[in-house]
Amino acid sequence: MIFLNYFISGISLGSIYAIIALGYTMVYGIAKMLNFAHGDVIMVGAYVCFYAVSRYEFPPFVGVILAMFVCTVLGMLVERLAYKPLRQAPSLAVLITAIGMSYFLQNTALLLWSSNPKVFPSIVGRGAFKLFEGKLSVSHITALTISACVVIMIVLSLFISKTRLGKAMRACSEDKGAAQLMGINVNATISLTFAIGSGLAAVAGALLCSAYPTLMPTTGALPGIKAFTAAVFGGIGSIPGAFLGGLMLGVIEIFAKAYISSQLSDAVVFAVLIIVLLVKPAGLLGKQAQEKV
Amino acid sequence: MSDAVLNVENINVYYGSIHAIKGISFDVYDGEIVTLIGANGAGKSTTLNTISGLLHPATGSVSFLGESLAKIPPHKVVERGLAQVPEGRRVFAQMTVQENLEMGAYTQTQNISDDLEKVYSLFPRLKERMNQVAGTLSGGEQQMLAMGRALMSRPKLLMLDEPSMGLAPILVEQIFDIIADLHRTGATILLVEQNAQMALSIASRGYVMETGKIVTTGTGQELLASEAVRKAYLGG
Ligand SMILES: Nc1ncnc2c1ncn2[C@@H]1O[C@H](COP(=O)(O)OP(=O)(O)O)[C@@H](O)[C@H]1O
Ligand SMILES: [Mg+2]
Repeated sequence: MIFLNYFISGISLGSIYAIIALGYTMVYGIAKMLNFAHGDVIMVGAYVCFYAVSRYEFPPFVGVILAMFVCTVLGMLVERLAYKPLRQAPSLAVLITAIGMSYFLQNTALLLWSSNPKVFPSIVGRGAFKLFEGKLSVSHITALTISACVVIMIVLSLFISKTRLGKAMRACSEDKGAAQLMGINVNATISLTFAIGSGLAAVAGALLCSAYPTLMPTTGALPGIKAFTAAVFGGIGSIPGAFLGGLMLGVIEIFAKAYISSQLSDAVVFAVLIIVLLVKPAGLLGKQAQEKV
Repeated sequence: MSDAVLNVENINVYYGSIHAIKGISFDVYDGEIVTLIGANGAGKSTTLNTISGLLHPATGSVSFLGESLAKIPPHKVVERGLAQVPEGRRVFAQMTVQENLEMGAYTQTQNISDDLEKVYSLFPRLKERMNQVAGTLSGGEQQMLAMGRALMSRPKLLMLDEPSMGLAPILVEQIFDIIADLHRTGATILLVEQNAQMALSIASRGYVMETGKIVTTGTGQELLASEAVRKAYLGG
């Protein structure tokens, strides 16, 4: 039963990684860039939700929706101001810009909200569901996190595979020039991708801080890196890969903490990543680049 | 001949400091097949990409149906009825045949099922493979898909960039038969080719390009017979 408890914790943490990893992987798929500021968008979302709920006493779900709105706009702004002018630039320039943007967001948060940690109010009660005569307890936030992940996974998969805009996103991620020749507005599609990824980051921020309630300007950084790892693990650019990678990373991390050492858990996570990449360089579900004559 | 569908007027196109197109002008009239032939690197693809709006001329103008395309982004160019089948086909390899055709109809607001039927009857092979991902098609099938995809936008001018590239001779024949058929049913076509013989044999008129310039022009028959063209492109 204790094993099952750990497993559920792992899936819950992994669900948060998965939701964040989606933002990395979708943006990478379409813009071929690593948006290292993505983790900090999570932090901004968490602060917006925090102030909405704690200071202005909005109901939590309104706080989350406000956070999604602010992050969506923020993500589109970051893309428009920082990345779009670099569309033709070497990828190293874009990478450095993204790292710079990450620090810019952290420092702005420091200025606005100070470095004092805020205690984030859980967006659901602190209670738990008791199963198997109380042997298994699943907290409300855990249940909500896993459900949110499942819903996002289903809705996003349907959006990408069935809708006109979703197909346009896939077309752009394969070949921007050809997509333009179809009449697809590539800039608008990239912007939409940032919007979706950043809106999801806000959800991840609210869930993350409900489970781990300390909110600081650096709160998004480590989960951001881990989720990026999850995206690479699953195969960067692949949406199912982001889910699989996120979930596996969460489970491995929790098991490593429980059964190996809580200090070493991150090292274990990265060791597994390295092994996977040695065996499958494109990640678990990544597509090996192939040329067709 | 009626008004020009496409008018290219003295365009100069650069890649950084490389002067790829050096002041070329030509027209395509309603119902014509016009071909642009020339060796590899002559500037044919650059010309088509400039017309499509993917590249911008430093000077000169491109007008389509009497309107300048100067400030029109590429996705709006398609809306106006100008479709390009790019060099190397560039189908969306991870999308199905049907999804590729749907992308071709991206600018269309009406129901596309009639257009799909039309494309499938033109290319029955595609219908058999409609749910297969495009990356698994043969080169010839991919060319058919790229053409079908372009037709889905109901183009008033269809531009084809080396449709015969890398195909076996029998498939080249098939593709050119289809192009000739499209022409007979009223399509206006701008055909870019290195395969001068095939292109000139179905073209109303042709232009010969060399290092960014148009060096000769004439009807398809005239160019086929011309000494200079024979020497340069038809192997004696
Ligand atoms: N992306 C590019 N960057 C720099 N030079 C290019 C690029 N594309 C084409 N060129 C150059 O422009 C000239 C014309 O190329 P292109 O239009 O592709 O010729 P064609 O289609 O007739 O083979 C060539 O000299 C080629 O090297
Ligand atoms: Mg070419």
